[in-house]
Amino acid sequence: MSGVRVLVGTRKGAFILTADGKREKWDVSGPHFAGWEMYHLKGSPVDPNCIYASQTSGWYGQMIQRSDDGGKTWRTPGGEKMPEPGAPPTGIANKFSYDTSPETGKPLTTHQFYDGTQHPWQFKRVWHLEPSLTDPDVVYAGIEDAAIFRSTDGAKSWHELAGLRGHGTGPKWQPGAGGMCLHTIILDPSNPKRIVIAISAAGAFRTDDGGETWKPINKGLHSQYIPDPNAEVGHCVHHVAMNPKRPNTLFMQKHWDVMRSDDAGDSWKEVSGNLPTDFGFVIDVHAHEPETIYVVPIKSDSEHFVPEGKLRVYRSKAGGNEWEALTKGLPQSNCYVNVLRDAMAVDSLDKCGVYFGTSGGQVYASNDAGNSWNAIVHDLPAVLSVEVQTLK
Amino acid sequence: MTIRVELPQHLRTLAKTGREVQLEVEGPVTQRSVLDALEAKYPMLCGTVRDHDTRQRRPFLRFFACEQDFSHESPDAPLPEAVASGKEPFLIIGAIAGG
Repeated sequence: MSGVRVLVGTRKGAFILTADGKREKWDVSGPHFAGWEMYHLKGSPVDPNCIYASQTSGWYGQMIQRSDDGGKTWRTPGGEKMPEPGAPPTGIANKFSYDTSPETGKPLTTHQFYDGTQHPWQFKRVWHLEPSLTDPDVVYAGIEDAAIFRSTDGAKSWHELAGLRGHGTGPKWQPGAGGMCLHTIILDPSNPKRIVIAISAAGAFRTDDGGETWKPINKGLHSQYIPDPNAEVGHCVHHVAMNPKRPNTLFMQKHWDVMRSDDAGDSWKEVSGNLPTDFGFVIDVHAHEPETIYVVPIKSDSEHFVPEGKLRVYRSKAGGNEWEALTKGLPQSNCYVNVLRDAMAVDSLDKCGVYFGTSGGQVYASNDAGNSWNAIVHDLPAVLSVEVQTLK
Repeated sequence: MTIRVELPQHLRTLAKTGREVQLEVEGPVTQRSVLDALEAKYPMLCGTVRDHDTRQRRPFLRFFACEQDFSHESPDAPLPEAVASGKEPFLIIGAIAGG
């Protein structure tokens, strides 16, 4: 029997929502890690019972949690066993130290701060966890201040892929309103050496050698809020999405502008078309139709809520430019929620399910590719992230 | 030497303990020796009280004992005899800011 498991990270804990393939009746478990900010949870494509979670707190710092039973129980990798007397602590699953070693690392330089001055790199939290497509013990982490880390031992220890932070443009990167976060990690299923990442506010970057070297891929982006609107870096990319069946085609929700690339990010063109506003955070692609994409327009960079009090998902079946509003089942008056960058996901059932969570604590689901929507839950804490696992 | 340490709620949850834990500390009883012992016994708490690399107290945590604030004392300064003897606990407190 097929089914889905929706992993929801919120400001005050994680929730797991499960349903069978009809996606009509839902079981809700949680809060897991009650009281903690759960920035992101994501399951391994190889072993769906293996789920990684980023648990974070301004008070107590960063934790990484792992479940091997589909989210029923959790452990801190490497921190659950008592060490032998005299042995060093093994709890380093939450240790994200920038690699400054002469052999593999890069000097810890500075990046641009909000006021334009230079500011040292400082670890704050993990925004995004991306499990490997082939090995459940390999997982990538996107962190603030922006860098990418990889674990090859099931999240027991982490090592920076320092070529990204150190490739040369770092001093021009700057934080967006949410901080200088690496929030998007896309693994290319057709090329295990290729990874695309995105940073707010630096832009998109790509490696073609498994993370050793990186280059900016921002040609075609235009941002009025930086001194040179067409600069190589400095663009506030909010999210990037890809359909695994067409890995060279990428869709981007930038601060303003919805963009697409058909050459793995080497060049971009705007496809905002007839959207009511092209500001927003989320973007995703239909699981079976690579030209069907979804966004949730947000009023503006100073008013982070949906325009006109109406919660509308916009769908393009033409890969952009021509958009239709999807409203059935969504509130169409007095609604002023936001939908954050990692808070939309699609399942791979037929018909494709689409899910998103709001700053008001609702998680909406569509079991018909967006034609109609239902709230699975109404009153969770503010939703930070939504991922879905398709269980066969 | 058995030292008593009180943990804030979220760290109790992480370490799967009650409010108070007991630690064996060899040698001088200082913030550093107490926290070293805490992290050795409960490795999942590494990084939650002190930064992994700098070993500095995380900014929103405070250290109290015997109705005094030791947050800004040297980590190598001796803690009060009442703490060293186990009569009084060493308190790790989450700052009130932000609730």
